[in-house]
Amino acid sequence: MAQTAGTAQERGNPPVFDVAVIGAGVVGAALARQFTLDGARVVVLEKAADVLDGASKGNSAILHTGFDAPEGSVELACIREGYAAYLDIRQRLGLPLIRAGAMVLAWTDEEAAELPKLMAQAHANGVGDIAPLTAAAARALEPALSPALRGGFRVPGEYLIDPWSAAHGYLLQALVNGAVLMRSAEVLSGHRADGRWQIETAAGPVAANLVINAAGLWGDVVDRRLTGQSWFTIRPRKGQFVVYDKPAAALAGHILLPVPNKITKGVVVCRTAFGNLLVGPTAEEQEDRTHAVLDRATMQALVRRGEEILPALAGHEVTAIYAGLRPATEEKEYRIRTDLAEGYICVGGIRSTGLSAALGIAAHIARLAGRGDAPLADPLWPEMPALSDEDLRDWRKPGHGGILCHCEMVTRREVEAALQGPLAARSMGGLKRRTRVTMGRCQGFYCSAELAQVTEGRLAQPMLGGDDGNG
Amino acid sequence: METADVVIVGAGPAGLAAAAELRRLGVPRVVVLEREAAAGGIPRHCGHYPFGMREFHRVLRGPDYAALLVAGATAAGAEIRTRTSVTALHPGGRLELTGPEGLGEIAARAVLLATGVRETSRAQRLIGGEKPGGVLPTGALQGIVYLNGQRPFRRPVILGSELVAFSALLTCRHAGIHPVAMVEPNARITARSPAVWLARLMGVPVMTASAIDRVLGRDRVEEVVVQRSGGPQHLAADGVIVTGAFRPEATLLRASHLEVDAGSGGPVIDRWGRLSDPAYFAAGNLLRAVEAAGWSWAEGQRAARAIHAALAGRLPAPGGLRLQLEGAAIKLALPQVLVGGPAGDGAADHLQLRLNRAAKGRLRLMQDGACLVERRLNALPERRIRLPIPTLRGDGPLTLVLDEAP
Repeated sequence: MAQTAGTAQERGNPPVFDVAVIGAGVVGAALARQFTLDGARVVVLEKAADVLDGASKGNSAILHTGFDAPEGSVELACIREGYAAYLDIRQRLGLPLIRAGAMVLAWTDEEAAELPKLMAQAHANGVGDIAPLTAAAARALEPALSPALRGGFRVPGEYLIDPWSAAHGYLLQALVNGAVLMRSAEVLSGHRADGRWQIETAAGPVAANLVINAAGLWGDVVDRRLTGQSWFTIRPRKGQFVVYDKPAAALAGHILLPVPNKITKGVVVCRTAFGNLLVGPTAEEQEDRTHAVLDRATMQALVRRGEEILPALAGHEVTAIYAGLRPATEEKEYRIRTDLAEGYICVGGIRSTGLSAALGIAAHIARLAGRGDAPLADPLWPEMPALSDEDLRDWRKPGHGGILCHCEMVTRREVEAALQGPLAARSMGGLKRRTRVTMGRCQGFYCSAELAQVTEGRLAQPMLGGDDGNG
Repeated sequence: METADVVIVGAGPAGLAAAAELRRLGVPRVVVLEREAAAGGIPRHCGHYPFGMREFHRVLRGPDYAALLVAGATAAGAEIRTRTSVTALHPGGRLELTGPEGLGEIAARAVLLATGVRETSRAQRLIGGEKPGGVLPTGALQGIVYLNGQRPFRRPVILGSELVAFSALLTCRHAGIHPVAMVEPNARITARSPAVWLARLMGVPVMTASAIDRVLGRDRVEEVVVQRSGGPQHLAADGVIVTGAFRPEATLLRASHLEVDAGSGGPVIDRWGRLSDPAYFAAGNLLRAVEAAGWSWAEGQRAARAIHAALAGRLPAPGGLRLQLEGAAIKLALPQVLVGGPAGDGAADHLQLRLNRAAKGRLRLMQDGACLVERRLNALPERRIRLPIPTLRGDGPLTLVLDEAP
């Protein structure tokens, strides 16, 4: 079983793995799962104190069909395969699925003129169940839509999922089946000798036969640290979101998509798995890959955009705001490079479809790596906690110990569970992503004190920063 | 299904005062449901003075005051059940709940909603920047400092100068936290704020006509950028206390069949605090943000008398005239439903008003073109304004008019 890097280091001899996956975002998590289930001994190296701390931290939580992905692209193939795989495994992992369906909506004549092309593309991409909608038909299905609507089409297969539980589930399945996760383990350097990688990390050395770079926003940096060069450059693309309180979710059953342009899928309005309504993201190029800064004017513009699409949104409360960074590159296509002679695979530039495509990317990479020859006969399937209101939440089950976060109905038992086990939360952000504590309308007014008590001494990155000083 | 004569949702000053009074009036089974681990409400974590003048004729710290309220309700024979969250309100007084042991249901002849308030969050205010740890509402700060004995930060910026900012400053002083600045968006300080003199006493600069534009720092707050007329100012800070702009904690209410007032964000009530479903009553800060504990306590007592009368069949049939508001500066007025007949039995004898901005002029309650009562007004926003409820003249439309002086 897993030996820790520390003890191995003391013996002067780093632990050896078949595969080292760099980056514990959704892509890294899916890769770790795939290779572990294929019988490899896998280590996951994560720079941050907890997983899903980079690009995977802020996403729109939509399971895309790929109807608008570039024809013939690897991205499209991975989305199609990832989509099918999610539907296939999600019940065994306890992952949510809300079959919302999407509408692509045209608000101007120019946009309406694009619709036939988009529908043709959807057909070409293998998404055959789309149906054109007149403005009246769309508004019959979604009565809260603005009368300014020109028309659109329906994509029944676009679904809502949880932004984080999928990645947590993939990673946890890898861990319970023998993979090792090292957090606060930034990859500093590496070299290959005698057909094996020696990697120096902030948490000690690791050796592996195959290295897969899934470092997301740091993909090019890790590329250079390991191979001395990078064949692409990350150009972080910021997306800001505003999230409305739960009553607003009644305003839109479908995922409301705009007609996309070359740069972005555009501002989406949709429910969330947790019963809120989300408006976003923006698409803003920036240099910085660490800081995703929200901007009041942009948030106000999102609020206005939301109200243009759903006029009744005016008067609803915003309860949360967030910004994410997508690891875009110079090109739209995924930047996947395989050098098996050097035991190195780079999975870069998974810009904005990573959540939908992750399982497909993992399968694709496994095929490229030529693995899958000795799959686990009877792998364990951990079940993720139900966080969607469409599933049986913990507060509905006996013995939950009372509610800790009242807005999101998070129980003490759920928080305790998230602080334990092989994928125990190590940061407040990590605990929020696993349980949703403090993410509701009061933003911690009621529950922060109790949460500070429960988490004291249990997070690598403590909730409170002013030390534990007694008065 | 479990039953009770009266179920009270929320064990803060209003709920506990009502519980004690209902028992004193002889109502047999009174159950108070509290979602927190301990009863007492917000004063429980306000570890400073002054509480209790109206209720106990003494000056108390918040936790001692809360403990007296809890003891009073318990001694009177009310049952207080903590860690129990009500999850749905159904017509006729049936409640769904969940507690440590799981789901439950309780039906009452009358339900009093006393769920209180919360502060407007950073997200609701669309404050830009990053989302580091260390951005807290006052309520959270108080709990962390007074209940846990922990210190969340050392050099925070305080946003707002309402009364609650005073509490934030006292809490900081208690914990050895030294605020960097107090930032107030309005050109002048929110009315009569003792927060300002305390800030000056503590050597905390008060920045008016200023807004927090961005909070920076990836994991913890590192810098707060304040927008002022002279341009942005960068403050090195390790936290932000987001104070005030209270709003009713009305989630349950909004998800229910009960009518909500857009102005107050709380329920629509009549003079007895009765909601659109007469099995439900409300009292305390759920009605309107925000009054001090003593005021909510008095409302709780009044609601108890009204509920007692309702259980004895003494209240008039539900219904009455819906008060119309005329004047853009009026934020809220309650009770929203008035009746012409005799009052008593805990009925409100005054209208409570709030403005959404400073205004002066003449306030009149009109019915069928006749003025029933009037007063001159020169008030700041969020200040309590009262107007006696007169005898109504028949059932013609009732309008509260604010004519602003030029």
